[in-house]
Amino acid sequence: MSSQLLIQTIANAIAASGMLALIAVGLTLAFGVMQMANLAHGHFFMAGAYTVYALYALGGWPFWWAVAAAVGVGAVIGLAVERGIFRPLQGDVVSGFIATAGLMFVFEVLVGEIWGWGYMRTVPSPYMRAYKFMGAAVAFQRVIVIPFAIVSIGGLMFFMRRFRLGRALRAVAQDPEAAALQGININRMTALAMAIAGAYAGLAGGLMSTIYAVTPSLGGHIILPALIAVVVGGMGSIGGATLAAIIFGFVVTFVTTLVDGVAAVMVSVSVMALVLAIRPQGLMGRVIA
Amino acid sequence: MSLLNIGRFRTWALAPFLVGLIGLCMLPFFVRAYLVEVVMMYFIYIILAQSYRLIVTVHDWQLYHVVLYGVGAYTSGMLAKNFGIPVFAAIPIGGAMASLVGVAITTPLLRTKGWGFYIATYGLAELIRLSWLKFRNPFGGSTGIIDIPWPPVIAGIDFSEGIPYYFFSLGVMLAVLYLLYRIEKSHIGDSFKAISMDPELAASTGINIPRHRLLASAIGGFFAGIAGGLLVHRLGAVDPKLFNLVTMLYLLIWVVVGGTNTFWGPIIGVSVMHTLFELSRPLIEIRPLFFGLSMIFALIFMPGGIEGLISKAVARWQRRADMTTAETY
Repeated sequence: MSSQLLIQTIANAIAASGMLALIAVGLTLAFGVMQMANLAHGHFFMAGAYTVYALYALGGWPFWWAVAAAVGVGAVIGLAVERGIFRPLQGDVVSGFIATAGLMFVFEVLVGEIWGWGYMRTVPSPYMRAYKFMGAAVAFQRVIVIPFAIVSIGGLMFFMRRFRLGRALRAVAQDPEAAALQGININRMTALAMAIAGAYAGLAGGLMSTIYAVTPSLGGHIILPALIAVVVGGMGSIGGATLAAIIFGFVVTFVTTLVDGVAAVMVSVSVMALVLAIRPQGLMGRVIA
Repeated sequence: MSLLNIGRFRTWALAPFLVGLIGLCMLPFFVRAYLVEVVMMYFIYIILAQSYRLIVTVHDWQLYHVVLYGVGAYTSGMLAKNFGIPVFAAIPIGGAMASLVGVAITTPLLRTKGWGFYIATYGLAELIRLSWLKFRNPFGGSTGIIDIPWPPVIAGIDFSEGIPYYFFSLGVMLAVLYLLYRIEKSHIGDSFKAISMDPELAASTGINIPRHRLLASAIGGFFAGIAGGLLVHRLGAVDPKLFNLVTMLYLLIWVVVGGTNTFWGPIIGVSVMHTLFELSRPLIEIRPLFFGLSMIFALIFMPGGIEGLISKAVARWQRRADMTTAETY
């Protein structure tokens, strides 16, 4: 591996880590608060990507406005899924899990019917510049996700520690009954968690829409690494999900560059099985009695 | 008479079952060859769904069941093609292989709880499926394996023909259903149910939970592998795409919509949902939308599945019958 390719791959890996962290953090937050989680989370990402495609590539909006709209679309979908699926199934982990599996079908068909099946929708990049760094060229568009990931995940952690609302979210995650006794409206907290989860997935999808081929099956491709990051990081742990996302961002990018995409999935799943065999609660997960 | 011991159902409940069986035996002589193939798939899917339900009774909603079905198909197909092992011997070996793989996947995850367990089973299933895709040498990559031997001629009956194979798979399905039914009604089945209801209470009565979970995945995996063997020697070919997450979701839909509380749920689920699936062929593009919505609807509004609705209706009808009898006095 030449040093040029090495630098290029490291830059790509950092960008992949940032994107994966944005997706995994929302997933793990929703899981922590509801004890239920969402197989269709990758489809929130896809919804963000299609929003930017529709508004920016087709509608001619400025790129950043389209990304902002993608964040909003993600949040609205998150709220709708909370209201329509998770709230009626409150507490039933298995049913919530299977129902969101059904939701994957629904999203895929809706997107396919609206924007067409089997077409690779490409979104033109608004920033054609590339950083020249020790002979390697790193596309601006690809690394743009990194500052966003740092700011939004750091902001979320700060919010969870310093704000009343964030502390309420943590209280519900630790013990919903005790939190309800303190006057915290649990339904409102789960809605908030799902809105944040949807918004972060929408943001990631919007920012990365110029890199990925936007197809109806995009959500299905993106979900497995995100799920692996959440499970390995420890269910409900934001720090753990971020750490695991960084690890898997590097693993996936390097194996993809050196071998291929299929091998990358195989290696990451093996790493996951190894971690879970040794630490069933994940890297930073609490042991639930 | 233990063979006809079907719990709280009365013997007259067997009547529709017998009528159905006679109907299935006569069917292939009256319909087009295509329909015979279609009905054969029901038999295979019922084996698959019913073996999955056994694992669900210990509450392990794993997502690798369809891949075990694939393990059975690949093993049986490759043994018959590359080593010349007779088809009817290769199918049970495929089942044993699927059983082993199921235990091997479950073992490292025994201590992982709830949602983490489901995801990890999905991940490991993908690992196996992608290895079929990746290693072209034994597994044939994305095109899979073709020219898998047909079943032989035994006692003048050519099992590579549609109708003999139809009866062969019908017989296998009935045998598997009978075995699974006996397991359900045995003390092992009771232990499974106890684990799903209240694991801590079950453990306190001396039930070894990890061992029973492994036992469930071994038995369920074996029959999933048998279903795979049945499939591969009819199709004559196999490829990784048959066993992806979409197939797993359809399996979940059958089981969830049918209901998992009783033995009949998955059979009803496959019969109803696969019929709808076949009928909706003209709407192939929006079909998943309908199936996804029906799964969500079933989970939210009819938690016991179709089988639960029928049980409830029967209970209400019996109560009303009792009340009218009471009023006449």
